Amino acid sequence: MKEKLNRIVEEATSRIESSDKLDVLNDIRVAYLGKKGELTSVLKGMKDVLPEDRPKVGQLVNDARKAIEDKLEEKKAAFEKKVREDRIKAETIDVTLPGHKPVSGHKHPNTIALDDVERIFIGMGYEVVEGPEIEYDYYNFEALNIPANHPAKDEQDTFYINSDIVLRTQTSSVQVHEMEKGKLPIRMIAPGRVFRSDEVDATHSPSFNQIEGLVIDKNVTFADLKGTLAQFAKDMFGEATKVRFRPHHFPFTEPSAEMDVSCFKCGGSGCRFCKGEGWIEILGCGMVHPRVLEMRDIDSEEYQGFAFGIGLERIALLKYEIDDMRLLYENDVRFLSQF
Amino acid sequence: MNTPLSWIKAYVPDLECTAQEYADAMTLTGTKVEGYTKLDDGLEKIVVGKIEKVEKHPDADKLVVCQVTIDQDGTSVQIVTGASNVYEGALVPVVLDGGRVACDHSGKRVAGGVKIKKGKLRGVESFGMMCSIFELGSDTDMYPDAAEDGIYIFNDNPEYGKAKPGDDVPSLLGLRDVNFEYEITSNRVDCFSVVGIAREAAATFRKEFKPPVVTPTGNDEKASDYISVEVKDPDLCPRYIARVVKNIKIAPSPEWMQRRLAACGIRPINNIVDITNYVMEEYAQPMHAFDLDTIEDKKIIVRRAKEGEKFQTLDGQERTMDSDILMICDGKKPVGIAGIMGGENSKITDNVKTMLFESACFDGTNIRLSGKRLGMRTDAQTKFEKGLDPENAMEAIDRACQLIEELGAGEVVGGCVDVYNIKREPVTITYDADRINRLLGTDISEDDMVSYFEMACLEVDKNKKTVTVPTWRQDVLRLADLAEEVARFYGYDNIPTTLPQGEATAGGLSYKLRIESIARTAAEYLGFCEASTYSFESPKVFDRLRIAEDDPVRQTVVISNPLGEDYSIMRTLTLGGMLTSLSTNYNRRNKNVRLYEMANIYVPKSLPVTELPNEYMQMTFGMYGGCDFYDLKGIMESVVDKCGIRKHLEYVSDAGRNYFHPGRQADIIYDGKTIGFLGEVHPEVMENYGIKEKTYVGVLDMRFIVEYSDFSTKFKGLPKYPAVTRDISLIMDKSVQAGSIEAIIHEKAGKLMEQCELFDIYEGDRIGPDKKSLAYSIRFRAADRTLEDKDVNTIMDKIIEALKDKGIALRS
Repeated sequence: MKEKLNRIVEEATSRIESSDKLDVLNDIRVAYLGKKGELTSVLKGMKDVLPEDRPKVGQLVNDARKAIEDKLEEKKAAFEKKVREDRIKAETIDVTLPGHKPVSGHKHPNTIALDDVERIFIGMGYEVVEGPEIEYDYYNFEALNIPANHPAKDEQDTFYINSDIVLRTQTSSVQVHEMEKGKLPIRMIAPGRVFRSDEVDATHSPSFNQIEGLVIDKNVTFADLKGTLAQFAKDMFGEATKVRFRPHHFPFTEPSAEMDVSCFKCGGSGCRFCKGEGWIEILGCGMVHPRVLEMRDIDSEEYQGFAFGIGLERIALLKYEIDDMRLLYENDVRFLSQF
Repeated sequence: MNTPLSWIKAYVPDLECTAQEYADAMTLTGTKVEGYTKLDDGLEKIVVGKIEKVEKHPDADKLVVCQVTIDQDGTSVQIVTGASNVYEGALVPVVLDGGRVACDHSGKRVAGGVKIKKGKLRGVESFGMMCSIFELGSDTDMYPDAAEDGIYIFNDNPEYGKAKPGDDVPSLLGLRDVNFEYEITSNRVDCFSVVGIAREAAATFRKEFKPPVVTPTGNDEKASDYISVEVKDPDLCPRYIARVVKNIKIAPSPEWMQRRLAACGIRPINNIVDITNYVMEEYAQPMHAFDLDTIEDKKIIVRRAKEGEKFQTLDGQERTMDSDILMICDGKKPVGIAGIMGGENSKITDNVKTMLFESACFDGTNIRLSGKRLGMRTDAQTKFEKGLDPENAMEAIDRACQLIEELGAGEVVGGCVDVYNIKREPVTITYDADRINRLLGTDISEDDMVSYFEMACLEVDKNKKTVTVPTWRQDVLRLADLAEEVARFYGYDNIPTTLPQGEATAGGLSYKLRIESIARTAAEYLGFCEASTYSFESPKVFDRLRIAEDDPVRQTVVISNPLGEDYSIMRTLTLGGMLTSLSTNYNRRNKNVRLYEMANIYVPKSLPVTELPNEYMQMTFGMYGGCDFYDLKGIMESVVDKCGIRKHLEYVSDAGRNYFHPGRQADIIYDGKTIGFLGEVHPEVMENYGIKEKTYVGVLDMRFIVEYSDFSTKFKGLPKYPAVTRDISLIMDKSVQAGSIEAIIHEKAGKLMEQCELFDIYEGDRIGPDKKSLAYSIRFRAADRTLEDKDVNTIMDKIIEALKDKGIALRS
C-alpha cells in the first residue's frame, strides 16, 4: 500500500513538473485528487484494510494527498508569477512621451505681484481693505491736504465726473475712509485701480493699480516706516535687497521720502536695467501729515503714523522685466501664459 | 531745472567733489539729481593753434595747407583743411593727432567722440584737424560768434583775443563743466533757482554759502518821476516793482554770461534779454522789460482783462482774453499779459532808449489757469505758477540793475516804484527736540538739530526755542516740517530701522476679497487666464452689443474730460472689454482662448450723477475654440461651487439679452435673484468684434456670490444601506427643456432620491423629426433601511404619471 501511494505521488509529481499550462495542473488535480481520481480510489479501498491498520493507512493517504497538493500549489504559484512577469514586461511604456496635462490658466502678472504684496503685509498684521474707484474730490484731494487749485488737481491729471466727483487718482483716498471709521490703531493696505489722464504708451496708462499702506498708532516713527518697507523690499525682491530713502514731497506726508531698492539685476553696481544708477525707485512714503490726522479729529500729539503708496504695475514690470506696459491690458494669452 | 556746476561753485567756492559725489549727496538731502552731462564729453587733446601760413594744396583746388603753431615753444604742425575761412594769424581750435572731437562734420554726436589721426590728404601730410563749433558739440545758437560754415576763429570774439597757442580749448569755451538736471519737488519753489540749489549744496557739503552780493544801483533821479503804478487786483498781484533804465546800449552780453545761459539751454540774444534770463535762472524771478516810450500816460495799471478783449502778444499772435486773466496796462491800453507774455506794442527793440523794468509777484494758480485757457506755456509762466516769494522780487530786480550797470547796458534810474499790497511775513515755529525725535524714532541732540536748522538758513533763537523761516521757504510751517529738515541733514540713511511696536493686529483679507481670490484660483485651474481691461468704455459699445435704446445699462457715469470718446464713459457692463480682448487674441491667431476678468462696473444711482455710483464686482468669462455653451456653463458652476454656493442653480432661457444668440443664453438664478448670465455671442456682435469662431461669454455678479457664499458644511454620515438605481428613457417634443423634466423628477421623487443624472440624449429617425429622447439614471437610498422594490416602484410610478400629464412618455 505504501509503495502504491509512493508511486502515485511520484507519478503525479513528475506530471506536475512537466506541465506547461495552468489548465494542465487542473487536469492533474482531477486525475489524482478528484472524485474519480487515483488517490480517491485508494481511499475507497480502505474498506479492505484491517480496522487496526486503517488509521495508519489513512495517515499515509493523507500525506500523499498533502504532497500532491503542495506540489500543485507550488507549481501554480510559479505559473502565476511567470504570467505576471510576462504581463509586466509587455506593459512597459515610453515614459518620455508627453504627460496628459490638464489645461490650466494663469493669473495676471498684476495679481501675482499683488498677492505677494498682500501676503507680506498680512504677515505683519495689516488688513486688506478697499475704497471706491469713483470718489469724492474731497477724499481724493482736500482730506489729503491737497487744497483746491493745487496743480495736481489740474484736469491734465484728473478725470472729473463733475466738480465734486472724480476718478480717484490715488488709493490714498482709502486712508481717509479708514480713519473716518474711528478705530485706532490702524494697519491697512488698500489695493485698487486709480486713474490719471495719461495717453496710452509703453510707460503710461490712464488706468493702473496702486497699493496704499497706512499705519497709525501712538508711537509709530519714521524709523518704523524704514524698517517696515525695508522688510517688504527683502520679502518682495530677495534677501540681498538694499533700500535707500530719499527726501521727497507729498502733500499728505511730512517728512516724506521715496524709496529705492538696489537693482535686482546688477545688485547695485549699475546696468542698463537701472540706467546705470544701481537703484530703482519703487515707492513713495512718509509720516502722515498732522493736518491729515487733525482733519479726521485724530489727536496728532497722541497719534502718529506712516503711509506709503506702491505702483503695482511698476512692481510687475520690474519683477518680470516687461518692457511695455500696454502688454498688461491687451490680454494676449501668449503673454498671460508666461506667468 | 538745469544748472552747470560752475555756476553753483560760484556761490559755494569751497565745494570740491566729483560729479557723481555731487549727484549722490544732493539726491540724499532732497535735491534729486536726475542726471548729468559732462560738457567736454568726447573732447580730447584740443588746443588753440595760431595759423602762421596758408598755402594752396598742390593737387586739390578746395584744400589748403596750413602751418599752425600749437604751443608757447613755437612748435608748428602742418594741417590740411577744406575750410575756406582760415587765414594767416587766425587763432583756431586744433585737434592734435590722437585727440577726439564730440561730433562728426554734420554736427551729429558720436558716442565717445571721433578720433583724429594724422594722415595724408591728396598726398600731403596732415597732423591733426582744425574744427568747427559743431564738431566741438555745440552750435551757433549758443556761440553766436562762431562761423556757420567753417572753422571756429577765436579772433572773431574780442574776449578770446587773449587766447594763446597751446591753451586748452574746452576750458576757454567754458566746456570744462558738468550740467546737472534736477527733479525739484513742488514745495521747494526756492530750488528752481541757481541760488536756491547753491544754498542746498552748501548745506549738503557743510560749506559756506556765498550768494551774489547785490549792491545799490541808480543815479540821482527817481523812478517815480518816470512812472506810476496802480494795482487794481491785489489778490492776483501781491507785489509789483518797477524800475527804469535809460540810455540803453543794446550789445552782446559778455562771454561768461553767454556761457552760463547756454549751459542752461538758453540762447544768448543781447545784453538786456540775457540779463533778464540770467536773473530768472539765478533767482527764479521772471522780469519783463517794456519800452517806456510806448507806455502812455507814464502809468502802469494792473487789472483783470475785459471779457473778449483782443491782445497781440510779442510773438505776433492775437489772443482773446477773459475776465480772469490779469493784464498789465498803461493809461490807455494793455501792454502785456501778466506773468505770461508781454505785448507786441511795448516790446524792446534794438532802438530802445528807456526801459521800464518789471519785477512782480502774481498769483500762481491764476497764472497757471490763465496760461492753460490761452494755450500758452512760457518760461516766465512756469516759474510764476509755482507761487513765488514777493520778497524775492526786490532782490532780483536790484540784481538785474546791478548787472545792467556792470555790463554798461544802460543808466539805471534811482529808486523804484513798489506796490506791495499783500506782504509775506516770515513764519516763526517753536521747536521741540523730544517731539522731533519721537516722530523720527531717533536720538538726535538739540544742538545737532539747531545746527541743521542753521544749515538750512533758518534763523534759530535758542532761548525761545524757535526758528524763524525765511520767506523763500514756504514749505516750512510747523513742527513736522522742521522734523524733515532735521531728518534730511541728519541723513535718512542714518535714521535707525525698526518695526512698529504696540498692540498686535490680526491682518487679513476681507471676506469679499477672500471669495474673489477663491473664484480667481478656481478659474485659473479650470484653464482660464486672467485678463485686465480698462474701466472706460466707448458709448458706441451699446450699439456694438445690440443693446436696446431704453436698456438701463445705457445710463452711465460720463467723464467730463475724457482722453477721447472711446474712453469717455465708465462701463456698466464688462462684455466690451472681454470681447475686445478675445478679438485681439483671435486676430493674432491664438487658438482655444479662455479669459476671465475680475473688475467693477459702475452703476449710477441717479442721473446726472450727484452721489457716488454703485460699484459692483463682476467676474467675466470669455472663451472661443473647442468649446460650447455647456462647457462655459459647467465651468461657471464649478467656480460658483468653489465659492461656497451650496444650493441648486436655476437657469432661465432667452433672458432677452440682445448680445447673445436668442436660443443660446440663460440667466443664472439663485434664491430668486439673477446672480449671473451666460450665452453664445450673437453672430452680429461677433461680426462687430471681428471674431469668426463661436464665442461664449458669461458674467457672475460677485456681490451675490459673496452674499450667498457659505462654508458652514456639516458632515453627513456615509451611507450604511445600499442604493437602488432605476433608469428611465423619456420621449418628448424637442422644445421641452430638460430643466422642466428634472424639476418634475425632483418634486415627485422626494427625499429618498439621492441623485438624478442625465446619461443620454437622442434625436433621430427612430423617434421622429420633432422629438427627442432623454434618459435619466435615478438613484434612491434610505438612511435607515435597505429600500425594497415596492418603495421605489411607488415613487417611479408617481414620476411617470406626472411626466405623462405633461405629455412626456416613456420611450418603449
